[in-house]
Amino acid sequence: MRPLSDLVIYEEDLSRIIACLSALQQKARSAATLLIDTSGQLIASAGETGRLDMTPLASLAAGSIAAAGALAQLLGEKEFSFVFYDGERKRLHLSVIGGRAILLVLLDQHSAVALVRLQVKKVSRDMEDIFRDLSRRPTPVAGEGPSRSRIGEITDADVDNLFNKG
Amino acid sequence: MSFINYAAREINCKLVYYGAGLCGKTTNLQHIYKKVDPGAKGKLISLATETERTLFFDFLPLELGTIRGFKTRFHLYTVPGQIFYEASRKLILKGADGVVFVADSQLERMEANIQSLADMRQHLTEQGIEPTKIPLVIQYNKRDLRNAVPIDELQKALNPRNLPWFEAIAPQGVGVFETLKAISKIVLQELQKKT
Repeated sequence: MRPLSDLVIYEEDLSRIIACLSALQQKARSAATLLIDTSGQLIASAGETGRLDMTPLASLAAGSIAAAGALAQLLGEKEFSFVFYDGERKRLHLSVIGGRAILLVLLDQHSAVALVRLQVKKVSRDMEDIFRDLSRRPTPVAGEGPSRSRIGEITDADVDNLFNKG
Repeated sequence: MSFINYAAREINCKLVYYGAGLCGKTTNLQHIYKKVDPGAKGKLISLATETERTLFFDFLPLELGTIRGFKTRFHLYTVPGQIFYEASRKLILKGADGVVFVADSQLERMEANIQSLADMRQHLTEQGIEPTKIPLVIQYNKRDLRNAVPIDELQKALNPRNLPWFEAIAPQGVGVFETLKAISKIVLQELQKKT
């Protein structure tokens, strides 16, 4: 199965994903929801994310899910359906959607875990529909993709400029 | 794999530093973290043991600027080099866009380098990545040590395909940015071919 990050995601796709994340965040009464690729890249987020350092959050969540998956296999399980971290003030619910992406739900004291689990199940189905649509879209042939998918010619000078500023 | 967010105009690439235990992977990231402008880097996260040996991975996000209007982010990871962390190494290669193989130049680490390279190829294959197709550069680290093997011998043993290679003394920063720049360039060129 192609990882989510290997798919081309356009603005309209992202809007659908964010709508799902927002619905989950509100219905589950959670603080924030994040969609993360299994390789650790943040795809989209909703809710109170202003104070979150989302890049390492995404990376560590992917590491945690990867470790849980490997543990499951060691024990002869296909997978562990979710990973839950329970702190004094914050809690994290991590689950895998369709083998492609990780759904992270950040809960505070006001969130009910049972409600979160119920809503995660519902929204996971909607997300899987979106991923199915994305994966059915033909991959653009190199150099012949739709114009909006072109990054353009990346020259050695472009890369040099990146590092010279650092 | 590299994630291009056309809505936010962002390119995200995952680069993995691979190599045998104590070859200098974490030292590479620490030097990059020290030298990069504060606005261009996130936190350096190290999941390490009490004796500072990498347990799971180190992670350093870099946002160096824009290319063709796309904010370009590199996510740098290291793997734990010690032999018994094999399962973790495999997980970290998932979705890698490019790999830096850090070789320890010391004569007594040649066997470990060769084993690590074979281990990397196997794990890439298991992650569905063709080892000969993924962007890869070799860094010969610890060039300042007296027992360092001559470059031509290292090349014969570790780099028969003559991939881009760099000499390095990671604690002093020698060769560190040259290596990062080279792998970044190849990854971005590959990305361009795909789009």
